[in-house]
Amino acid sequence: MTPINILTSTAVPLPLPNIDTDQIIPKQFLKRIERTGYGDFLFYDWRYNFLDNSTGSGADKGNTIPNPDFVLNKPEYKGSEILIAERNFGCGSSREHAAWAINQYGFRAVIAPTFADIFFSNAGKNGIILCRLTEEEVETLLQRSTINPAHKITINLEAQTVTDDQGFSAHFDIDPFRKHCLLNGLDDIGLTLLHEDKLDAYESRHNQEFWSAPKSQPAA
Amino acid sequence: MSNANTPRTLFEKVWQQHVVAEPAGEPTILYIDLQLVHEVTSPQAFEGLRIAGRKLRHPERHIATVDHNVPTTSVQDRLVIADQIANAQVNALRKNCADFGIEFFDVQDSAQGIVHMIGPELGATKPGMTIVCGDSHTSTHGAFGALAFGIGTSEVEHVMATQTLPQSKPKTFRINIEGDVPFGVTAKDIILDIIGRIGTDGATGYVIEYAGSAIRALSMEGRMTICNMSIEAGARAGMIAPDETTFAYLRNRRFAPKDAAWYEAVAHWSRLPTDPGATFDRELTIDATKLAPSVTWGTSPGMVTTIDGTVPTLDNAATEADRKSFTRAYEYMDLKPGTPVEEITVDAVFLGSCTNGRIEDLRAAAKIVKGHHVATTVRAMVVPGSQHVKKQAEAEGLDLVFKSAGFEWREPGCSMCLGMNPDILSPGERCASTSNRNFEGRQGRGGRTHLLSPEMAAAAAITGHLTDIRKWKS
Ligand code: SF4
Repeated sequence: MTPINILTSTAVPLPLPNIDTDQIIPKQFLKRIERTGYGDFLFYDWRYNFLDNSTGSGADKGNTIPNPDFVLNKPEYKGSEILIAERNFGCGSSREHAAWAINQYGFRAVIAPTFADIFFSNAGKNGIILCRLTEEEVETLLQRSTINPAHKITINLEAQTVTDDQGFSAHFDIDPFRKHCLLNGLDDIGLTLLHEDKLDAYESRHNQEFWSAPKSQPAA
Repeated sequence: MSNANTPRTLFEKVWQQHVVAEPAGEPTILYIDLQLVHEVTSPQAFEGLRIAGRKLRHPERHIATVDHNVPTTSVQDRLVIADQIANAQVNALRKNCADFGIEFFDVQDSAQGIVHMIGPELGATKPGMTIVCGDSHTSTHGAFGALAFGIGTSEVEHVMATQTLPQSKPKTFRINIEGDVPFGVTAKDIILDIIGRIGTDGATGYVIEYAGSAIRALSMEGRMTICNMSIEAGARAGMIAPDETTFAYLRNRRFAPKDAAWYEAVAHWSRLPTDPGATFDRELTIDATKLAPSVTWGTSPGMVTTIDGTVPTLDNAATEADRKSFTRAYEYMDLKPGTPVEEITVDAVFLGSCTNGRIEDLRAAAKIVKGHHVATTVRAMVVPGSQHVKKQAEAEGLDLVFKSAGFEWREPGCSMCLGMNPDILSPGERCASTSNRNFEGRQGRGGRTHLLSPEMAAAAAITGHLTDIRKWKS
């Protein structure tokens, strides 16, 4: 995971609540066994228009052209690293492919009033900063980025602030541990294994408790 | 810190029994008793283990099957899947399970089925356990009084390597459903009503405990339907206290304790229910006697109304954001505000999924279907959730009831619940579905989904439009 601290970029406004993971990355792309290559399929159903009457179930772009009306396809938002949306972003399925697609498209941060729990966790594990701001603050940023696509936003993870050069300044909360991991690009498994002595001790007791083992029989 | 005498909730008991370590300033390291594995969210986790040179810490605490990708048309179509990418994904799981020592229930195994069906059927899902799976509907297993939740692929890998997960403690939310539900109201209607009430993010950050006389009166199948859709209310998990109904379901199942061990296990499980006087961060009480059959009209499970209601107008939207979503949903669903729900015609009916693909669901639907025929304008399919359900239904002759009424009778899998396999809606098609999500494109690009109970799905197949089950005369 790449460490991240300060991010300054233009932002893509997506003013909708409840953007679900089926929209972020439709299921047909979940058939792939790789961990990369999802950026092209981010918001697939909104981003591409079909040239034929196909059902779009193949795990590729199919016979499509970019939908010129969709915000990601507007040249003025190219290269943007921040996405702004309304509340309950990332609801629905647990697919981490949603976080991969967002990341691999080039976004490093999402700003919204609230995020769904599993998406929140998946994003953290992929080095994506999620900034929870109030509805009003998000609304202000959505408007500024809509009116002026060149409008730049700065996210400072260390200071936990979101600012712009028009006087916008907001604070966001983040769990200190998650912040530490994002700032340092830390891998979770390694961190857990630092506690292996405790894990061994727990297991030597817990493994006797056959009533909570999946395939349970008492120790002979 | 609470001592042994402080009243505790079901959730707190299960949580405390699984705390491995509580490092200062970090999330709790929680022990995971069982991880369920399927083809879609696991390949990248196995790849991660290989790259890091890691093994599974406890392969015996894993169970795998195939469900999302597999065609449901015929046994032949499943053994070698025509879609090569899907086929490669299933093959990857076969190889990964063999390489890492995981018990795997392949397409034709008599225990194969949707991952959330087989855990309970095998008796692998038990009260008081912690259970995870790379799938959000893992909340289903909470029906047994387990703490069960969906995770992402990085977490799947984490559990494989360490049998633990770093977790911050969720808050608790008890929803009491008191009283007897009226005729025609099922577990599905109860959970749709809850989601409609609290919203799709109404329980974000919480574990819900469903309690009250209406919940206690439910079978395990009904309880699983309720817990299954906890995630549609944003909850981390849903739980129901184990009781005699739970124990009767588990008794004699393949992985359940036997003989004297059974009684010892029941004694442990009986101590799990929430103590009198235990407090929750939030509580809600619902009068079950006032409930009506529910159906979704829009593109989020929270866009729900009663079967005798109408598609809401913009005046019903509480916020500006809701107005925007309503407007978008009218267009996507091709519905006019104010339309009576019963006038909505359907082109397809899907009976199945981990929400309502159980034997009791098929029995209830078959009762409605018996002696009728599917409307000529409708294509209808029944997809049993597991091999076990399929076999049981065939033993009871339910397959014949469905087939002679014009339903397709399929092989078990996720099927049209998410359309990752060949079962999908065409653009513009409208479906009455017993599944759990009505998102745009969920059942196929441009497809329109109405979520409802198995009984009402069956009735819609016959009449060709959404139908109030309370008026049904068989
Ligand atoms: S039946 Fe549907 S909700 Fe359940 S696991 Fe399969 S795809 Fe997910």
